Amino acid sequence: MKAREDILHSIRSALGGGEAAPARARTVEDRLARPRPNVVPARGARPPAARAALFVEMAEAAAATVARVSDWAAVPAAVREYLDAHDLPRRARVAPALKHLDWRDMASGFGPAEAGDAVGVSRAHAGVAETGTLVLLSGTETPTTLNFLVDVQVVALAAADIVGSYEAVWESLRAAGRAVPRTINLVTGPSRTADIEQTLMLGAHGPRRLHIVVVDAAP
Amino acid sequence: MAATSHLFKENARRAMLDERLQGALDKLKAGFRVKRREAMARLPEFDALRDAARDVKDHTLAHLDLYLEAFEAQVRAQGGHVHWCRDAAEARQAVLDICRRAGARTVTKGKSMVAEEVELNPFLERNGIEPVETDLGEYIIQLRREPPSHIIAPAIHLRKDDVAQAFRRSHEGLAEERSLEQPRELLDEARAVLRERFLAADVGITGANFLIAENGASVIVTNEGNGDLTQILPRVHVVLTGIEKVVPTMEDATTLLRVLARSATGQEFTSYVTFSAGPRRADDPDGPEEFHVVLLDNGRSALLGGPFRDALRCIRCAACLNHCPIYANVGGHAYGWVYSGPIGAVLTPAFVGLEEAVDLPNASSLCGRCEEVCPVRIPLPRMLREWRTLAFGRRITPARERWGLALWGWLAARPRAYRAASALAAWGLARLTRRKGALERLPFAKGWTAARDLPAPEGRTFMNEWRRGRRR
Repeated sequence: MKAREDILHSIRSALGGGEAAPARARTVEDRLARPRPNVVPARGARPPAARAALFVEMAEAAAATVARVSDWAAVPAAVREYLDAHDLPRRARVAPALKHLDWRDMASGFGPAEAGDAVGVSRAHAGVAETGTLVLLSGTETPTTLNFLVDVQVVALAAADIVGSYEAVWESLRAAGRAVPRTINLVTGPSRTADIEQTLMLGAHGPRRLHIVVVDAAP
Repeated sequence: MAATSHLFKENARRAMLDERLQGALDKLKAGFRVKRREAMARLPEFDALRDAARDVKDHTLAHLDLYLEAFEAQVRAQGGHVHWCRDAAEARQAVLDICRRAGARTVTKGKSMVAEEVELNPFLERNGIEPVETDLGEYIIQLRREPPSHIIAPAIHLRKDDVAQAFRRSHEGLAEERSLEQPRELLDEARAVLRERFLAADVGITGANFLIAENGASVIVTNEGNGDLTQILPRVHVVLTGIEKVVPTMEDATTLLRVLARSATGQEFTSYVTFSAGPRRADDPDGPEEFHVVLLDNGRSALLGGPFRDALRCIRCAACLNHCPIYANVGGHAYGWVYSGPIGAVLTPAFVGLEEAVDLPNASSLCGRCEEVCPVRIPLPRMLREWRTLAFGRRITPARERWGLALWGWLAARPRAYRAASALAAWGLARLTRRKGALERLPFAKGWTAARDLPAPEGRTFMNEWRRGRRR
C-alpha cells in the first residue's frame, strides 16, 4: 500500500492550496451522486419516427445494413432472408433473449458464441439515433461474445428503444437501478481497420458485417 | 523503450530523405485531416463540446486524488483489484505477478501506449510469457520489433509490401505461392492467425481510454474489435493505464468520446466503445473471471503541480500529430520515444529528461495548428516555449545559442543600440553581396545557408527608410 499512499500524497502536494479539503470532497460527492449531462448535440432530439429514421441513416452511414419488421415474430424470417441474400448458411447462435421466437432449425444453440460460429443474433438494449449506435448489455440473456466472435453480427432492436443520445441510456439504466452491467458495448457498424496504408477495410477482428433488424411493434 | 530523442536531428534528416516514409506521410493530409474537418462540419456543437471536454478534464485533474479513490472503491466493490504503481518497473512487475498467478503462457494485448511507455513486451518475454499484440498496426510493428510511429496508426510509416514481408518471415506454414499483395489479403491473413491467439490466451491486457469513478468501469475504444476479444475471452483481464485517465461520470466520458473519434479519424463514433466493470457476474455466461486495473503514475502526479499540467488532459487522439508540419515531414520514429508529434515534444522531456530530449521542443515553428485542433484545447505551443525557457535557464541550450540569445535580449531592450546594430548589419550584408542580391554562405549559419540563399538587405534598415518617408 506504500505505492498507493505515495501517489495520492504526490497528487495532493502537487495540487496544494486551492479549495479546502471538506469543500473538495463535497464537490466530488455531488458530481458522482448527481451525474449531469454536459453538452448534448441537438441532432438526436426529434420525435420518435424521425429519431428511428435518423438511427437508420446513421447506422447505414457506418456500413451497417438495416431491415424493418412490424413485429417480433417476423425477426427469424428477416434473419433468414438476410442470410440467404448473402449466401450464408442458415445457422446462427441466438441470444437466450430471443429464444421464445420460432427459429425452426436455424438456431444452432441459445447462449454465448463459440469459436467457429459464423452468425450470432442478439438483442440490443437500446439504439442511439445521434450516431446509429447499438447499446448491448452483458448478461445471461445477451452474452457479449455474440457481439465479437462471429463473422456476421445480427441485432434485433425495438424501435421504441431508439433514443436521441447516449445520455438518455445512462439515465434510464440508473432509473432502472442497474447502472452498469459488467459490460456495455456501444457498437456502430461492423469492425474495420485502416492500419495498412490508411486503406479502410471492413471486417478486422470483430464481425465482418452488422445487420440490424428494427422491430416497429410494441414489445 | 530506451529513448533516442538526443538523436532527433540525425533521425529527422534521415526521415526526410526516406522516400517510402515521405510517401506514407503524404497520405495524412488527404486522410485524417480532411476527415476530421468533415466530421466537425457535420456537428454544430463541436466547439462547445471541446470546451466541455476541456472542463471535464480540468475538473477531474483538480480533484484527481478523490476521483481515483472513488474509482478504486467501485472496482473493489465489484470484486476487481486495483494496483498502484509509482513507476514503470512497478507496473511491469504488477502485470507479471498477475500473469504468473494465472499460470499464463501467452497474453493477448489491445493497443496501449502505456504498455509501450513501460516496455511491457520485452519484460514479459524475458520472463517466459509471450505477449501478442492484436491491433493490426501494433501486431505488424511487433513482428518488425519497432516502436509505434503514430498514436492511433502505429504502422503508418509502412507500405503493404513491408507488411507482407513481415508476415512471410513470421507466419509458419504460410505458403510461398499465397498472394499477399492486396491490403485485404494481408488483413485476412492476420485475422486468421490472430483468431487462434485470441482463443488460446490466458490473460488479456488492454489500456483504457477512460476510467469512470462513478461505477468503476474502464472504457476502451477500438475499430477492429480486437480490444474486446482481448478482454472477454481470456480468464483474466488486466487494464494497464495512467492515473490521469479517470473521469467522474458516464456523462463526462460521453463528452470526451464525442470529440475523440471525430478528432482522431473523423468518424462519427468509433466502431466499438466498451465499458467494462469488474469480473463476470454470477449470471454472466461469458467474460473474464478476474479483473485488474494497474494504475501508473510514472511522473504524472509531478506534472500536476507545474506548467505542464494541461498536457494531462490529453486523450491521445493524435490530431496534433496529423496537423503538425514537423510530424508530417519526419514521422513518429524521429522523436525517439513513445509519444511523437507536438504532444510527444511536450511529454518526452518530462518523462525521459530535458537533457535527452531538448531538440524536440525546439523542432517547432510554433505555428499553433496543434492547439487549434486539440479536442481538449491543450496549449501545446506555450508548453514548447516553456521547455525552451527551461533549457535556457538550465544551460542545456548550447553555449553559442545562449550567448546569441542573451546578446539579442540585451539589444532588444535598448532601442538605440538595437537600431545601430541592425543598421550596421544591413550595411555589412549589403556590402558582402554587392550586386548578387543574395548570400550563398553566411558565417555562423551554415546549417541555414546549406540548403538556401539568404536574400540580402538593401543596405538600409526599415527604420531609416521610415524616417525618410519612403515606407508607409
